[in-house]
Amino acid sequence: MNRNAELFQKMLTIRSFETLLLEKFSTGIFTGTTHTSLGQEANAVGVLSHIQENDVVVSNHRCHGHFLAYGGDPLALYAELMGKPDGVCGGVGGSQHLHWRNFYSSGLQGGTVAMAAGMAMAEKRKGDKAIVIDFMGDGTLGEGIVYESLNMISLWQLPILIVLENNHIAQTTPAELAIAGDISQRFEAFGIPAARIDSSDILEISPLAEALIGRVRNESRPQALIIDTARLGTHSKGDDTRPGEVVEALWQERDPLTIHGSRLSEGVRSSITIKIEAYIQAAFTRALGKED
Amino acid sequence: MAENSPTTVLSSLNQGLHQSLQDDPNVILLGEDILDPYGGSFKVTRGLSSKFPERVLTTPISEAGITGIAGGLALRGFHPVVEIMFGDFTTLIVDQVINHITKFDAMYHGQTSAPVVIRTPMGGRRGYGPTHSQTLEKLFLGVPGLRVLAPFHLQGDDPIGSPGKLLYDAVIQGSSPTLFVENKLQYPLKLLSGDDIKEYSITDRGALTQSGLPFYELHLKGAPAADITLASYGYMAKLALDALHQLAYQHEIFCELLVPTQLAPFELAPLLSSARRTGKLITIEEGTLSLGWGAEVLARASENLGAELKSARRIAAKETVVPAAPQLEAEVLPGVEDIIQQVREMV
Ligand SMILES: Cc1ncc(C[n+]2csc(CCOP(=O)(O)OP(=O)(O)O)c2C)c(N)n1
Ligand SMILES: [Mg+2]
Repeated sequence: MNRNAELFQKMLTIRSFETLLLEKFSTGIFTGTTHTSLGQEANAVGVLSHIQENDVVVSNHRCHGHFLAYGGDPLALYAELMGKPDGVCGGVGGSQHLHWRNFYSSGLQGGTVAMAAGMAMAEKRKGDKAIVIDFMGDGTLGEGIVYESLNMISLWQLPILIVLENNHIAQTTPAELAIAGDISQRFEAFGIPAARIDSSDILEISPLAEALIGRVRNESRPQALIIDTARLGTHSKGDDTRPGEVVEALWQERDPLTIHGSRLSEGVRSSITIKIEAYIQAAFTRALGKED
Repeated sequence: MAENSPTTVLSSLNQGLHQSLQDDPNVILLGEDILDPYGGSFKVTRGLSSKFPERVLTTPISEAGITGIAGGLALRGFHPVVEIMFGDFTTLIVDQVINHITKFDAMYHGQTSAPVVIRTPMGGRRGYGPTHSQTLEKLFLGVPGLRVLAPFHLQGDDPIGSPGKLLYDAVIQGSSPTLFVENKLQYPLKLLSGDDIKEYSITDRGALTQSGLPFYELHLKGAPAADITLASYGYMAKLALDALHQLAYQHEIFCELLVPTQLAPFELAPLLSSARRTGKLITIEEGTLSLGWGAEVLARASENLGAELKSARRIAAKETVVPAAPQLEAEVLPGVEDIIQQVREMV
């Protein structure tokens, strides 16, 4: 499979997983909450396509996309969301709290940035060239511990790539009501270089992420990547206060699957789609059949 | 082996850290102003940065941040020790302790854990005033997954002294997140040994608990059966021991003092068996009264002993700020006289 088809397939895996998840949520199979990454799949795949085996990934509440792009098993994730013993964390963690290999996610805003910094310090000390990728959202810029962490990340030159997924909204609060000043400068003020890209195109995000990851690894120092992106879904299950036409316009302009899918022929696109949807459906069905 | 045998709680803790850095290359110390020549606000880390410069890091004034960083280090295989300069500042680390460090083990289904040791001096009687004198460990008792330890000033069997040994084991074993509660007035206390304690019978009943950590039972040698059980820890256990001595010699009232070194999880078997014998129990702590350590101890004593527990009281600080002026502070914090008076009222 060529590179373009492969990237499409990875993004579609996330999309299909979450579309089916939302569809089935109302049937009562899943409990609790869930935050999907609809519209942000190019960030997860674009960044995590470039990590190495020992690298560490820290994610937040919106972690399914990151987990699947990391290589996590859709079946284990469905089982986790169904609260089954075969889930990623035996059903204890649920949607927001996943740990598998070097992947860690948690539902508290901000605190995980400090944890990610500590992990980067650990990897630097081990001297094995592993780095940490830490995903955070724009709303999380409101947490004080982020700045304590940025200060120490820079002070100690920790090998971490902070990926700020700026979807311009936090739950229901638009960024204009929560963030003063310029986001890049928040990193630069601490001496952390910040690259910024306004894109939902994986072919733009991926090479940039690759270059930055290379720099973090080779120079053992921190870097921020701000991706201006779009949340196409609701915050969690059904909470979206944005006008329907605003969201509809985002679907038209910013859907990474449409943007990248157009590069593939109709035939390739539909064969991948049939394959992935069947794969995800099978993961769901098998997870459902697992013992409670 | 320790270079010089420690003589005080302070030097014992210092040697415990020293030894842990020496024995385990994964130990890292983080804290504010801990570098030599200053060696930390209370000097517990003195000499360590000179000997282990790569692994003793002074940090910005970022209690939450450094505790979070320690959590990340621990998840990735290190054994970090964080010094929080004053116990009062532990309010800043609550999110890291409750929502992060102590969560990983259970929430990730036992796949990993973050064995961070957080040390901090609590307590007043130094005139530091309302925000530098509090005893706040009660806020951390009963946090699932968090062990809260408090040393007692005994020499014990280990050359580094029992406070240092307790700390050393917590750091080296790296088994679970730990809040290690020290007390400012405990630091200069001489480690009791030899002649200091020849009057006392001191038995470690730790084997009766799951943790197996020291749980001391003290009474005067040759004294009649105790009238009452005193329970205390840390520096207050020293005041309780002074009270026990005076009560025996001046009032012919005989007490048994129970001193846990693990405050949480609550494993009280030695204390309950003493209270069962005496039927009377007083808990003594330096924190404020409501919902404190003593409240939980008495609740458990009541559940376990029923009518065998005839009377019980808590001694604790008044529920107000700890004033700066010594005479005002003394009115707020419990002292030896308060213990003696309470015991006399109860027998
Ligand atoms: C400390 C903390 N405060 C509040 C929340 C509730 N909460 C969960 S997600 C969220 C919005 C986060 O926004 P952002 O960081 O922009 O990420 P996004 O949801 O847009 O991906 C909020 C307020 C939380 N989980 N943790
Ligand atoms: Mg957002």
